[in-house]
Amino acid sequence: MGIRERLSGNEAVAYAMKQINPDVMGAYPITPSTEIPQYFSSYVDNGEVDTEFIPVESEHSAMSTCIGAEAAGCRAISATSSCGLIYMAEMLYVAASDRLPITLAVSCRALSGPININNDHSDAMSVRDAGWLMLFAETNQEAYDNYLQAMRIGEAVGLPIMICQDGFITSHAIENIELVETEKVREFVGEYKPEGGLLKAPMAVGAYATPAFYMEAKRQQAQAMMDAKEVIKKVGAEFGAMTGRTYGLIEKYEMDDAEEAIVIIGSSAGTAKEAIKELRAQGRKVGMIKVRSFRPFPSEEIVEALKGVKAFAVMDKDDSFNGHCGPMYAEVAASLYAAGVSGPKGISYIYGLGGRDVRVESIQHVFADLKEIAETGNIGETYRYLDVRE
Amino acid sequence: MSYNLKENLMREERLAGGHRMCAGCGSPIAIRTVLRQLEPGDKAVVTGATSCMEVSTFMYPYTAWKESFIHNAFENAAATCSGVETAYRALKKQGKLDDTYKFIAFGGDGGTYDIGFQSLSGAMERGHDMVYVCYDNEAYMNTGIQRSSSTPRFADTTTTPQGSVIPGKIQNKKDLTKIMVAHGIPYVAQTTFIGNFKDICEKAHKAIYTPGAAFLNVMAPCPRGWRYPSEDMMKVCKAAVETCVWPLFEVVEGKYYLSYEPKNKLPVEEYLKMQGRFAHMFKPGNEWMIEAFQQEVDRRWENLLALCNL
Amino acid sequence: MSYKKASEINEKIGWRDITPGCNIYEGGTSVTVETGDWRTMKPVINWDKCKQCLLCAPVCPDMSIPVTAEGKRGEFDYFFCKGCGICSKACPFGAIEMVKDEK
Repeated sequence: MGIRERLSGNEAVAYAMKQINPDVMGAYPITPSTEIPQYFSSYVDNGEVDTEFIPVESEHSAMSTCIGAEAAGCRAISATSSCGLIYMAEMLYVAASDRLPITLAVSCRALSGPININNDHSDAMSVRDAGWLMLFAETNQEAYDNYLQAMRIGEAVGLPIMICQDGFITSHAIENIELVETEKVREFVGEYKPEGGLLKAPMAVGAYATPAFYMEAKRQQAQAMMDAKEVIKKVGAEFGAMTGRTYGLIEKYEMDDAEEAIVIIGSSAGTAKEAIKELRAQGRKVGMIKVRSFRPFPSEEIVEALKGVKAFAVMDKDDSFNGHCGPMYAEVAASLYAAGVSGPKGISYIYGLGGRDVRVESIQHVFADLKEIAETGNIGETYRYLDVRE
Repeated sequence: MSYNLKENLMREERLAGGHRMCAGCGSPIAIRTVLRQLEPGDKAVVTGATSCMEVSTFMYPYTAWKESFIHNAFENAAATCSGVETAYRALKKQGKLDDTYKFIAFGGDGGTYDIGFQSLSGAMERGHDMVYVCYDNEAYMNTGIQRSSSTPRFADTTTTPQGSVIPGKIQNKKDLTKIMVAHGIPYVAQTTFIGNFKDICEKAHKAIYTPGAAFLNVMAPCPRGWRYPSEDMMKVCKAAVETCVWPLFEVVEGKYYLSYEPKNKLPVEEYLKMQGRFAHMFKPGNEWMIEAFQQEVDRRWENLLALCNL
Repeated sequence: MSYKKASEINEKIGWRDITPGCNIYEGGTSVTVETGDWRTMKPVINWDKCKQCLLCAPVCPDMSIPVTAEGKRGEFDYFFCKGCGICSKACPFGAIEMVKDEK
């Protein structure tokens, strides 16, 4: 049985880091992830971990130090948000292409401008093609659980991993949480034993690859991302055997007989569950797919879950500014098309930008739209903004 | 132990042939010389900023580095090196590593004076036990000779072409070495290739073996960008020192020491005339440029002498 | 994952055989790369004039002037020498002559 506690999402992640006791952390303050390096440096300064903490002068250097440390053969971690994440974007690509399984905690926040410190997914989604594994949490418990699984996943496929949660909504809200005993955590995570390392024997990292090799290198990187799907499921199942909390790539909620469904990421899934409960009580056949793993994208699983519905909405807490849909909508639509599924009618909803409240009524509004589409067959505008003043 | 060229050359060569730097390039000379100052038995991890040096020394699958090497990006060699150095301390503390490693970062002037400046400043301020070596060839040579903040005034580069209105670069060269001194790190030095290499070898050894952060600025001429015949490198370096365009000095725990004082300080023309990038300064009517260049060199030299209490 | 040696990596191998991240798990693999074929001029040493002062050795950008365990300079390594000529000007005794490289 685990340990019952009450922690904010940031503290839960910091506590997971402490239990894992990684070798090096390089981090820089930014709202709302600042508390993570704050908590962690108090562990360092009180001798509760062996980790060396590098108080860098920018997020770019935070990721640069992680790349150096991980290449040297260490477990390296960082935490960031928003502009900090995209300031390190260049280095995120390098970390992935160098195949360094760094772990990065992200407390998601809107991007400037206008400057805004509240939650949406613009930061994480803007680096979705950087080659990182990306897991999202609905609750503090999931943020903690995902963090404990992160290194097992990243190290198995040789890719860095982001553990994302919603800034303020979970990062600062205190919730009941069940912690795993530290000995069990250490046994579950295991020792890091990379094949090489700068401090092990002479090696060279960060090659200049000519066109004769670059594409092969990328193909290999793509394979690692594909292979990660099975690893995430396996580690999620093992974690379940230990804690009773099993994780997969997606979570289906009331999807068995659903005729209308939403696809969503993060804390708003909790709100959506409430909305669905109320609608189910009214006899509506509504359901939800919560995406836990955005990278790799659970294409088959989503198609399988959506193929029987009449109408669906993909909820993006950020916008692609492509003039027609949010980024997750594009991936869901591509998944359906590739699988030859053309029955369900889908719309893209942009919601919750810059901390705009997502209420039960907001989600019910989306289901009202889906009901109309399902009944009339008339899809109307597919690119919609939720709860925006006209 | 006093310096001896023969003994120094008998040490292990830690950069391999087969790199693809241009014929006559100064940067591999700086690199092999610095690495040769590692004590036998000591290992190193080298970090390289994106540069001519980096793309030429690690073109997959060929690395010219006999030591472990990491290239990350253009602007973060210092931060990357500090990450490796921290990893070393972490593993040492945990008893997982026996060997002694030293940490050396190399960057060109673009990657050091300009885009890598913040990363460098951060790493130096944090005091990692590392040496940052700038091989200063006074422009972005890898992309085709564009001006950097290290480019001297009046130099003709591809982004400061000497035109009919603007005569090459307008600004003076940034004095990075002094900025590094202002970080309060235990060792800073400026050097180049002179005679039997005593100056650079001794400074590199001190930089590597001084505990804490050290910075070494090595003038490393680029025959292509400076436009002089490649065989004249040593003549160019000597002229830079004898004219006081590139004075040799070191700063130990904040105290300045002049390494070399020319007996007869030569006029700057002796340095400028060797290089095509300054050729327009010798055209009739442009005498004022040489005067202005001389004045700036004199001003900095007097300032340096004062700092050295001379 | 594949941890091939540099000598096994060439432009014919498939994506599964590329080392992860294009990392190389050994040092100094560039020694198989001949850069001597860039040369147009070639340094030639006149051993009668050479006084073994060694001033030519540290100036070489291409590690082409080996110094032996006895502290003597050896013959040029023409496999790497690009013919820049710095050594010829560094020699105080005129012992190194640059000649047209006939290939």
